[in-house]
Amino acid sequence: MGKKELQCRQNLKTMMIMREFERVIKDLANEGFVDGAVHCYTGEEACALGVCLNLNDDDYVFSTHRGHGHAIAKGLDLKKIFAELMGKASGVSNGYGGSMHLFNPKLGFMGGNGIVGGGVPVSIGTAYASKYLNDGKVTVCFFSEGASNEGWCHEAMNMASLWKLPIIFACENNLFAATTPSYKTLANPDIYERAKAYDMVGVKCDGNDLDDCIKTVKKAVDRARKGEGPTLIEFKTYRVEGHCRVIRDLEIFRPKDVVQWWADHDPIKVYSERLIEKGIITEDELKVIAAEVDSEINEAIQFGKDAPLPDKEEFLKKISERYAI
Amino acid sequence: MRKLHMLDAVNAAIHEEMARDDKVFVIAEDVGEYGGVWNATRGLYEKYGAIRAMDTPISEAGFTGLCVGAAMAGLRPVTEIMYMDFITACMDQLVNQAAKADLMSGWQMELPITLRAQYGSGSREAAQHSQSLEGWFCQIPGFKVIIPSNAYDAMGLLKSAIRDNTPCIFMENRNLYYDVIELPDEEYTIPLGEAKIKQEGNDLTIVTYGMGVPVCEEAIKKMPNASVELIDLRTIVPLDFDAVLNSVKKTGRLLVVHEATGAFSVGSEIVRRVVENGFDYLDAEPLVYGNLRTAMPFAGNLEDAVIINPDGVVEKMKYLLTGIC
Repeated sequence: MGKKELQCRQNLKTMMIMREFERVIKDLANEGFVDGAVHCYTGEEACALGVCLNLNDDDYVFSTHRGHGHAIAKGLDLKKIFAELMGKASGVSNGYGGSMHLFNPKLGFMGGNGIVGGGVPVSIGTAYASKYLNDGKVTVCFFSEGASNEGWCHEAMNMASLWKLPIIFACENNLFAATTPSYKTLANPDIYERAKAYDMVGVKCDGNDLDDCIKTVKKAVDRARKGEGPTLIEFKTYRVEGHCRVIRDLEIFRPKDVVQWWADHDPIKVYSERLIEKGIITEDELKVIAAEVDSEINEAIQFGKDAPLPDKEEFLKKISERYAI
Repeated sequence: MRKLHMLDAVNAAIHEEMARDDKVFVIAEDVGEYGGVWNATRGLYEKYGAIRAMDTPISEAGFTGLCVGAAMAGLRPVTEIMYMDFITACMDQLVNQAAKADLMSGWQMELPITLRAQYGSGSREAAQHSQSLEGWFCQIPGFKVIIPSNAYDAMGLLKSAIRDNTPCIFMENRNLYYDVIELPDEEYTIPLGEAKIKQEGNDLTIVTYGMGVPVCEEAIKKMPNASVELIDLRTIVPLDFDAVLNSVKKTGRLLVVHEATGAFSVGSEIVRRVVENGFDYLDAEPLVYGNLRTAMPFAGNLEDAVIINPDGVVEKMKYLLTGIC
């Protein structure tokens, strides 16, 4: 296998890890290893990977409440992501953040956000800093069509374009905001068209096609790095799971034919079939990759289970200083 | 010595901090070319250019969010809310982002943000330009809340706020902006969390800050025979509770005065802590005197009827010292 083929194999594997992560996390929750809100990224894997494959380690990424996939794509340690969801000291946020607040500033991963769209104005801050420091870094802000209806998204995009900040607004239009389908919330279903209002480049891409995501994001990253300003990319995708673990909204707003259409256009299915068709991998190789994924996931789960809890005394001491009154 | 009023002191403090540290910058509405609607940021744009003295659109959520991201990237933003009442437009960015990102990341990042907010009542600016909202920020773990009452303190405290690695809310009362006093030529800072005993006394402790200081000073002049200890808190969070308690131990009587309405207020909290920690020292019930609980009416006679004033303080003082209403 050449370098390019190896990369394709790795891409497929990364998406399979993201998918498997969400599958096992539900089991872990049911078994009591994972508490709290868990928002699955299932079905949107190509968006995160397509973005992060175009980034350097020190480029900034702002994630969302549905951010496990973003974290995996940005290269955060899978073991530490599991540990975080289990509330362990070895977690990416030392057990202080949980599913919605995965952080790794050293890898430019500036956190998920429990407030829908809350990270959008924050993200123009690192982009502003890059312009200020002339450090050549690019910021990507993930958000969704739900977040796009928050007023501060408009504020942030206007400023980003006004000042030609090196940022990509990566809108994952997964067609659902909590339980409500986007046709009930969007006056114009094409969010990328809003870019026009800010004199910004706006493009859409097939969020379920990794190659289209990679290609689309590359142009935007190149433009940002050259100082040509921000891009709004709308990834047309589909949230396969319900809003979160505790809200069971799959029984409503999900016509069977629509669900089937998206299943036929599943990003892992699309990409693996393409790799097989091109002769880059075989059916047998696919099984080998699945076994590797299985093994890495199991190892990471075990790491999380074995990891220590955050130290309570240390925590109490820290907050008595940080929040002193 | 140099003669400065509080606005000059604020301006000089920002100039000095920006000269000292090239990571410090100002960003908000009107702070650049015009120099701030109150002229607090004059001269920065000419000296440091737009990137360090940036005018923004009227987008409070946008630019305070930007400050959070810029701080995550290592800069030290100083922002301004023209009237504190407008802070409602960026509460998510402050409360959910700025105040929490350090803990949520497992203490992997610090947020050195200074937010200057001009405020005050008594100048006929009606219901949406007259509020003292410090209590909100005191209630949220994560902010320091600083309220100077004069040019000397404004200079030293603002410099400390800008150098502090946590989000600081720095409130400037417009009715105190133009009082001129002498300041030393040499540089100084004032530690956050140290109250100032403005006047020593044995019979009554008055705890106040901001506009409350001159109001109480005038009241004390009207009661020349009373031995009053006047404490200017200067920073509300962290609170110099030792200064308060030590004084109450001596006087046995406590009056807290502030412009914010008394219910659920800073005064309520100080009284709670004095009762919990110094109950046996109290010779009378502690009192809180604040603006009446109402949205601010415009008409001057009505506004005067609801805001704190020296005669109102005198009335409380007389009651505490004599027990007679």
